[in-house]
Amino acid sequence: MGLTYQSTGRSTTREIFNVPNAGSELVIALAGNPNTGKSTVFNALTGLRQHTGNWPGKTVLRAEGSFIHGGRRYTLIDLPGTYSLHANSVEEEVARDFLCFANPDATVVVADGTCLERNLNLALQVMEITDNVIVCVNLIDEARRKKMHINIQKLSKALGVPVVPTAARSGEGLSELMDTISDVALGRVMPKPVLVRYSDEMEKAIAQMEPKVREIIGTHINTRWVALRLIDGDTKLVQAMERYYKEQNPKQADLEVLA
Amino acid sequence: MNKSTPLNRLGNGCCALVTELNAQGLTRRRLLDLGLVPGTKVEVIRRSPLGDPIAFNIRGAIIAFRKEEAEKVLVVQVS
Repeated sequence: MGLTYQSTGRSTTREIFNVPNAGSELVIALAGNPNTGKSTVFNALTGLRQHTGNWPGKTVLRAEGSFIHGGRRYTLIDLPGTYSLHANSVEEEVARDFLCFANPDATVVVADGTCLERNLNLALQVMEITDNVIVCVNLIDEARRKKMHINIQKLSKALGVPVVPTAARSGEGLSELMDTISDVALGRVMPKPVLVRYSDEMEKAIAQMEPKVREIIGTHINTRWVALRLIDGDTKLVQAMERYYKEQNPKQADLEVLA
Repeated sequence: MNKSTPLNRLGNGCCALVTELNAQGLTRRRLLDLGLVPGTKVEVIRRSPLGDPIAFNIRGAIIAFRKEEAEKVLVVQVS
């Protein structure tokens, strides 16, 4: 029998993405809607000067940097801005593939504090893929200027994940963000995302599919999420899984049958 | 109650509520991801010189649609 990816695990898929393997360095992903200040947060944390700019599609591929906090090195990956992880475009595919296959130790969803409603859609989608999510409510200075008050504790409770308010431009909240990142990445804090419950019919279908999905791909990727995508008829995800796991999992072709 | 009209028929400055998405598959997914679910308020911000695409304010972000997408979003106008 060839190498199953359960035996080679996360390290092998991470190599494809050129990021450090678990153990040595911690990998943190930055996701978020377009124009919420992901790159500003990235620069503020890493001290790099990744180009920031206010136009769509600026970060098409990901940028990478690192910071040291409490004696450990964290590699930060700035993903392209997307409204969704249901890959319609190259940017969305880059973001989804990274979250799905590279298994970052923590994912920070950067949200625009002035229009939270539209930003939380992506947060919910990321929470469906991974538990280790931190929501960073950025542009909190702008929100204050617009006389908006955001109840951080309530939001954190409703989502089940840590929420940190920041104004990356002025540096406000960044040390707290770093503390929260290390708490989550090192397992000192375990977020328990409150997941979307679908209709009874959907939940039944998910419950039927999940064991089959688990049988084929193991627990490396969130099986509930994969089941959801397959029910959704997302053939691109199946293609992506084939691409990433081709040599590692000969049973992968079975997924097509499921889809 | 007013009759539903496609989003691209509204004049600049008009506000409307989404009633239905007349799209399937990826286009539908995309529109939903951008926040266009039934009941969502949309405001027409401006048109490009040739009238297409049109920019809308959707849940606090300004997003432009071409006619092909906008005509799939059915809305009722509100004052």
